[in-house]
Amino acid sequence: MTAHRMPVQPGEVIDRSDIRRFSWNGRRVSGFGGDTVASALAASGVSVFSRSFKYHRPRGILTADHHDPNLFVQVGDEPNVRAGHRLVEEAMVVEAQNAWPSLRFDLRSANRLVGRFLTPGFYYKTFMGPRPLRPRYQRVLRRFGAGGTVGDAATHVHSQKRYAHPDVLVAGGGPAGMAAAIAAAATGARVLLVEEDHQLGGHLRYAGDATLGLLAELRDVVAATDNIEVLADAVVAGRYDHNWVAVVHRDGAREQLIKARVKCLVVAAGKIERPFVFEGNDLPGVMLSGAVLRLANLWAVAPGSRAVVVTANESGDSVVECLERGGVAVAEVVDLRTTGRRLVRARGRRRVEEVEVTGGRRIEADLLVTAVGWTTATSLLNMAGDRPIYHPAAARFLPGSLPDDVMATGGIVGDGSPDQIIAHGRAIGTEAGRRALRRASELALLTPRALAPSPVPAGEAAEIPHLEPADHPEIFAGPTDGFVDFSEDIRGKDLALAAAEGYDSIELSKRYTTATMGPIQGKLEAVNAVAIHAAATGATIAGTGTTTWRPPYAPVTLGALAGGDDDPVRRSPMHDWHVEHGATPLLAGQWIRPDHYGDPSAEVGNTRTNVGIVDVSPLGKIDLRGADVSRLLEFVLINRWSKLAVGRVRYGAMCAEDGVVLDDGVTARLAEDRYYMTTTSSGAGRVWNWLDEWLQTFFPSWDVRMTAVTDGYAAINVAGPASRRLLERLVEGVDLSRDAFGYLHARTGTVAGVAECILLRIGFTGELSFELHVPAGFGLHVWKSLLDAGADLGVAPFGIEAQRIMRLEKGHLIVGQDTDGLTKANAAALGWAVKTSKPDFAGRPELVWEGESGPERMLVAVQPVDPQLVPPEACQIVDGATIVGRITSSRKSPTLKRGICLALVDAELAGPGTSLAIRLPDGSKAAARVMEHHAHFDPEGERLRG
Amino acid sequence: MLLILCPHCGPRNADEFSFGGELVPRPGPDPGPEAWRNYLYTKENLAGWEGEQWFHLSGCRRFLEVERHTITNEIRSVRDVTEDTA
Repeated sequence: MTAHRMPVQPGEVIDRSDIRRFSWNGRRVSGFGGDTVASALAASGVSVFSRSFKYHRPRGILTADHHDPNLFVQVGDEPNVRAGHRLVEEAMVVEAQNAWPSLRFDLRSANRLVGRFLTPGFYYKTFMGPRPLRPRYQRVLRRFGAGGTVGDAATHVHSQKRYAHPDVLVAGGGPAGMAAAIAAAATGARVLLVEEDHQLGGHLRYAGDATLGLLAELRDVVAATDNIEVLADAVVAGRYDHNWVAVVHRDGAREQLIKARVKCLVVAAGKIERPFVFEGNDLPGVMLSGAVLRLANLWAVAPGSRAVVVTANESGDSVVECLERGGVAVAEVVDLRTTGRRLVRARGRRRVEEVEVTGGRRIEADLLVTAVGWTTATSLLNMAGDRPIYHPAAARFLPGSLPDDVMATGGIVGDGSPDQIIAHGRAIGTEAGRRALRRASELALLTPRALAPSPVPAGEAAEIPHLEPADHPEIFAGPTDGFVDFSEDIRGKDLALAAAEGYDSIELSKRYTTATMGPIQGKLEAVNAVAIHAAATGATIAGTGTTTWRPPYAPVTLGALAGGDDDPVRRSPMHDWHVEHGATPLLAGQWIRPDHYGDPSAEVGNTRTNVGIVDVSPLGKIDLRGADVSRLLEFVLINRWSKLAVGRVRYGAMCAEDGVVLDDGVTARLAEDRYYMTTTSSGAGRVWNWLDEWLQTFFPSWDVRMTAVTDGYAAINVAGPASRRLLERLVEGVDLSRDAFGYLHARTGTVAGVAECILLRIGFTGELSFELHVPAGFGLHVWKSLLDAGADLGVAPFGIEAQRIMRLEKGHLIVGQDTDGLTKANAAALGWAVKTSKPDFAGRPELVWEGESGPERMLVAVQPVDPQLVPPEACQIVDGATIVGRITSSRKSPTLKRGICLALVDAELAGPGTSLAIRLPDGSKAAARVMEHHAHFDPEGERLRG
Repeated sequence: MLLILCPHCGPRNADEFSFGGELVPRPGPDPGPEAWRNYLYTKENLAGWEGEQWFHLSGCRRFLEVERHTITNEIRSVRDVTEDTA
């Protein structure tokens, strides 16, 4: 491996005493601590790292950093690892991806032979028809796609998100970014400094010995400054409205998303080197000057043995010096600023073997270095609304105008000596700190009850020195054609063809050719694509403009976006009892509820014969007090409320303004101006918000005080013929007799020694039943007391499933299951409740019209003719090929020993006795009949009035 | 993410709020279908300053009237709906 490793370099980041062994495609290799996977492999003599996306051409190091399009590898179970960035670890298993059957011999490179057919739009043009073959095309083409594999055993990453509130966030830790962070911190601002690489320094790290002292000095000051937090190996992925900034902190495969609200954002993202477009520009051994400087100076890797350097700037010039010092022969320097010679093409099979320059001269070389210009990394500025402007003299795009809370410094703005760049960074940092602190005081002054609002600081805007962008020749493509987009395998001629086919806008060309749409997202190739497109359409680069940069700036793992695995769940006070007694849990919304305790049918039987208790604590509960509560109820519920007497409870449904059923429940009047409303479990929050909205926006003068008490009360429904006898043993102060406490009455009293309980005589199950609402802390006590006191009565708990069976036997609807987003009150068979005689209530006009014209659909009870059949919920009801309805609820009734359903059907089919055809999942049809009553069982309600 | 300056709680992220859309006045009693359905479904969808309702759901639970520029997302005023416009 020493064959390619140079002697110790002054700025190297490797620890030569820390040898790390790993494997590359099954071969044993090694590197040093501090090596990236790419630098270690390059030092081990590897030149081919991947096969290209479309033509499966061999590809090697191009930029040697995170943005290298050719260095995507598989590391263990992790696909698409960027070998130019990931640090090598002991025992790492690294493999090439997108090579089949192997990197050396890739069968699909046959695509190269047919390359002239793989033009833009090839897939659209070729694989359009015949339509039935499309799935087959898809299967075959997928084998040719890029990307690694995720094994079944891959580690599941849960990474908690973090929130940050820095005054100033500096994106980019090069000299300008470090200087800006230091200066901003000096104003008193809290600074978050984010650097994509593993260390701060930017290009100072590999620019040569001269600036290493300066680099150390800046790093020392940053480290010694308390109010700078440094995040290295992290990237600012996006800037959103009001300076909401997404930072992704990498740690190998584990990434953490940091959501930062920033008062002033400083973008110091620097410049990205542009590749040169010529024939053979993707051969392994063709590298950008930055790649050579990084390989040589950071990892002491000599990337070849005999080089040709094509240069148009200082970066290329320093490569010559760097290679010579490292013992690499420089066979030829093609200086594009002075000499008349030009680069024509590179030739070679698996890497560069010879370089041809104008005049037909061929130079033997295994390394071709190009330094032809820069792309400014303006992505974050664009996300802040800026449209960069093309400056022909500097041959790059530069920022246009920025909002007050976004500033830019460093190479993104201009060029200069390290001292000039640092001076600019300092000024920007000072001004950013001033703006951030001004913003902080403004916010504090506008925040009610803020602790000691600080006055707006005085102070003039800092003077920002001018950073002049250096002149640079406009060089994008040579006399021969090559690859523009390495990720997507797009050549210059593909862009020209797209233009000729009429895709004359750069945005259209991008989508048609997919140039800039690969994993590098245009960082390397965007400006070349624009230049070639401009040339093909006869436009200027400035006139063509760039494509839109959107977040994220760099890819983010789904694990980081998903965040932690911590969905909150809600548990009733009796939850542990249910678990101890073998309840099967059911996740209903946020609640964990007991679905059943073993046999739901037996639970139904026991409740209908003896007495059962069910935990209904998740019901939404709202305490309403004040003189105007009945007016509110009249307005939000469709039925009549003004005459509800104290001690009575009533069913009510509420509709949205479009007449669609929103929720239902019962409301009791417990005292003259005290009401107690229950809502569905899933609708608790929605109803609370809905009532608040009307009270605040429409009836602000009404005397209504509303408190959501869902968590304050545990609720138990005691149902069955023996329920009264059971409660008589536990209730004090309430006469439970049929005459004194009839159906739809409400009382408050003491249950099992617990005062202030609410008792409601209502019957969702169709049995004689009492719903107990007890202070939550006593829920478990009352629950156990009921079971203890009623042992001889056969009391047993029942779960949600038994409750659902019993309510279906009674034909009671569940909002959201038996209704959908179009079901208005009449269609939900709630027409009896709609009191259009009320002058106004939510949704009234729609319900008046629905009542007049009749509903389009109707909720009906349905029984299959075959009593054994239980059609699954959501089965269609059909008339020939036409869908005329669907089953909304279905169960086998243990009481009736047959299948029972509720269904929404077209209104003309809603009449009792109508025959229906249900289409079952296997495609067969089953006959069914519309019933006279919604209740399949006890339609007269004898039992619940018992 | 927008930052909304709640008059009760101070600057808060928009995800604490529930968006109620542009303010559309509710027609009086017995509206015709056209007036009512305009209220339900027709929005101006302005490109510019828009009066909107935001509900500070995970905060003070107050309904707020927010003036927001639909192009730039700049917010120039936030007030509680029960507060009188000065």
